[in-house]
Amino acid sequence: MQLTVWTYEGPPHVGAMRIATAMEGIHYVLHAPQGDTYADLLFTMIERRNKRPPVTYTTFEARDLGTDTAEIFKNAARDAYERFQPQAMLVGASCTAELIQDDPGGLAKALALPIPVVPLELPSYQRKENWGASETFYHLVRALAGPHAPAPGTERPPRDAGRRPRCNLLGPTALGFRHRDDVAEITRLLDRLGIDVAVTAPLGATPADIARLGEADFNVVLYPEIAQTAAGWLTRTFRQPATKTVPIGFGATIDFIKEVAEIAGVDPTAVLAGAPSRLPWYSRSVDSTYLTGKRVFIFGDATHVVSAARIADKELGFKVVGLGTYSREFARDVRAAAESYGVEALITDDYLEVEEKVAELHPELVLGTQMERHIAKRLRVPCAVISAPVHVQDFPARYSPQMGFEGANVIFDTFVHPLMMGLEEHLLGMFRGDFEFHDEVQPSHLGHGAAPAPDQTQIKETEIEKAEIASVVQAVTWAAEAEQELRKIPFFVRGKARRNTERFAEERGLATITVETLYDAKAHFGR
Amino acid sequence: MNPAGVARVTTGCSEAPILRERGQREVFCGLTGIIWLHRKIQDAFFLIVGSRTCAHLMQSAAGVMIFAEPRFATAVIEERDLAGMADANEELDRVVTQLLARRPEIKLLFLVGSCPSEVIKLDLSRAADRLNEKFASTTRILNYSGSGIETTFTQGEDACLAALVPQMPEASAQAPASLLVVGSLADVVEDQFRRLFDDLGVGPVGFLPPRSSTELPEVGPNTRFLMAQPYLADTRRILESRGAKALQAPFPFGAEGTTAWLKAAADCFGVDESRFTAVTALGRERAKRALSHYQEQLAGKSIFFFPDSQLEIPLARFLSRELSMRIAEIGTPYLHRQNLAAELDLLPEGVVLSEGQDVDRQLDRARAARPDLTVCGLGLANPLEAEGLTTKWAIELVFTPIQGYEQAGDLAELFARPLNRAARLEV
Ligand code: SF4
Ligand code: SF4
Repeated sequence: MQLTVWTYEGPPHVGAMRIATAMEGIHYVLHAPQGDTYADLLFTMIERRNKRPPVTYTTFEARDLGTDTAEIFKNAARDAYERFQPQAMLVGASCTAELIQDDPGGLAKALALPIPVVPLELPSYQRKENWGASETFYHLVRALAGPHAPAPGTERPPRDAGRRPRCNLLGPTALGFRHRDDVAEITRLLDRLGIDVAVTAPLGATPADIARLGEADFNVVLYPEIAQTAAGWLTRTFRQPATKTVPIGFGATIDFIKEVAEIAGVDPTAVLAGAPSRLPWYSRSVDSTYLTGKRVFIFGDATHVVSAARIADKELGFKVVGLGTYSREFARDVRAAAESYGVEALITDDYLEVEEKVAELHPELVLGTQMERHIAKRLRVPCAVISAPVHVQDFPARYSPQMGFEGANVIFDTFVHPLMMGLEEHLLGMFRGDFEFHDEVQPSHLGHGAAPAPDQTQIKETEIEKAEIASVVQAVTWAAEAEQELRKIPFFVRGKARRNTERFAEERGLATITVETLYDAKAHFGR
Repeated sequence: MNPAGVARVTTGCSEAPILRERGQREVFCGLTGIIWLHRKIQDAFFLIVGSRTCAHLMQSAAGVMIFAEPRFATAVIEERDLAGMADANEELDRVVTQLLARRPEIKLLFLVGSCPSEVIKLDLSRAADRLNEKFASTTRILNYSGSGIETTFTQGEDACLAALVPQMPEASAQAPASLLVVGSLADVVEDQFRRLFDDLGVGPVGFLPPRSSTELPEVGPNTRFLMAQPYLADTRRILESRGAKALQAPFPFGAEGTTAWLKAAADCFGVDESRFTAVTALGRERAKRALSHYQEQLAGKSIFFFPDSQLEIPLARFLSRELSMRIAEIGTPYLHRQNLAAELDLLPEGVVLSEGQDVDRQLDRARAARPDLTVCGLGLANPLEAEGLTTKWAIELVFTPIQGYEQAGDLAELFARPLNRAARLEV
């Protein structure tokens, strides 16, 4: 058993729902108790979809157990077919139905429905949402495109020189982090390269579209967590190459363009020459100097954290001090990335562990999920959200992709806005000690200057602060004067100064920190 | 009037036929009750023994925007727990120990059963006994099931309170009569009722659940209880088995419901008519004044209830009698005739009542009826809005203080706002 307050991923059948809901003309019959219908609200409330997910739950009850739950499943599948007339059906079980072992696949087969029925076996006690989505997509692709596979060993006929190269975009789902806008951005980018998109899947695809995936010249894997398994099968079966670069960030977009151009045999020069992103210039503008070496902690799904780390390090000049993911399936990739920044990857789905790590590292910026947003808020560290699990705020009304050149612009803003702006940071130093200008004052753009009433969160913050301090201090105490001097340091670096000083004192076996110790430590560590 | 409640209106629908449906039910499971119970009983913690689905449900239903760390968590059953029962018990003990080390201030710990824990027959009452021995000096450990195969949405509260009843101290047969109010109420509402009961001279009054687990009221043969929530069937039964007697009354929604509810207690405690009138006059007057703001907007409008909280029948009664709304259909997950006897009598004749659910068929009926307002769960609201229906989230009616005189206006406003918004928008 694992003790958990919040979870990064839902159960695997929610992953399957993300595939079904993304598509048209498909229906998912899920053997599940009534409470599992909560999952509908993820799509209708968080993503604000205007249709119910195409899912029929059997909603069996305790009194049905051991008698006729299999019959309930068959009725539900039959009724769902009649009512919704889908082109294909997915059938499966949620965690509870898995335990009663009714075998939805076998039961559905017995119904002999006149459409393809794809059984899903998603072990809920071992696996989670993204894996469930990936498996569902893979099985769907196999079941629907499989019958059109060429005989093993046949070579792909060369592309007709008269037509533009064609690719599929694989991986965007319902409830995906900015998937809708990423698809639009990458479709446009490919078009400028002279490449057509044959099928985008699963988002917006029908079962008929899935069946013709093999017709495209190659596949673009937008989200490896969802599409890598299916793309691998397509490569083996239809000899379609698949892209490896995820175009998140300026550099990654350039790499992606080169990779795609190479596969498709097109000339990227014009598109690369245009490279319409503000990120490189904004990052070089003198106002961004203050970003130099900002210590950043990154946590989220594998794709987004690996991309975010590259952007943070190479394109914004931050220092990556922590990198981690809840996507265990991609732990290797994240470990490799972390190593390249000289840190050890944190692979966990326990948000308490992440919280501990953030507290320990004292970063100046957290790039994470909604969960890290809360952690950062408690620890008073600025934070930007870069990855699922999604929240209603992750479905903004405006166009806001993460991928391609426009995505790089969006990301520049996203990463930088939570931080102080360049000149402001210097002003803070200049005005410190001014009676109207101290850290309890809200920034002017956040309304009136009064300090907010301490709420539960803040009380907790100070507790955490105290606990942290206690854990470090032990033998070292602060002289009153030194403590006062510390208060004069701008609050956004004060925590770091405190820790560094204490470490400095401890290493030298000093019992008391004086003003001298404070400045000795400052000189020792530099900024 | 007598403790049996308000006068029976024979034209009511207590005998009306009910449409019983079996199909997909679009309701939360009983675990959801934890979201308000953990805020109500302030020294209690709820540990769900369940799956990742249960944890995900709690997260999605509560939202990830909770500010303080919630006093609930999930012990997620994993593959290796399924391998052997002994292991699962050991694992549970380990998790509880870990939790209590992290949150030593917890006085009462509920082990909450889920579908998976029920299906694998993990015995949580034995686990509670076992753990009680270990933690006797600091934490009391109880258990109940909030599983979706046994409970819908609000029934989790019923199961929780039913687990608390055996913990209530015994009041002797000689103890003077006392009143117990059963069902979670917002603190502000509880305080209002307490003041009214004091002014009426009704008491002593206890509340279940109490704000702190150490303040469980006494119960005995001279306890009379008023239900504040219609979904507490098991709690009622167990209280009765401890000798307490239920007062039959409509639920305290609106001026009429609140008056009848208070009257049931007043009559039982021998409060004379003039005192009752004097004490309740101000509240009744204020409630009526507050409701009058919404009369024009709501009168004649039709409303359709999808089953959700079991509050549907009392709410429909309130809306039809005090705001002249027309009832298209009242769906309820379960219809507990005994608890709702006084309510059913007050419903308009010929009203369509449905129990259980086949959500697709019910959606067909809602589309055909095209009600002015549809009360439904979170999963259905936006799709119905997209079809041009105006909706109200049922869950808001559970999370908002709506009982009593002072909340009558707020309750009406909850229904008026979606209509108001629909009328305003020009997009
Ligand atoms: S219905 Fe059962 S399995 Fe689903 S969330 Fe509720 S208790 Fe957990
Ligand atoms: S803001 Fe987010 S967490 Fe809060 S209620 Fe809305 S969707 Fe849920």
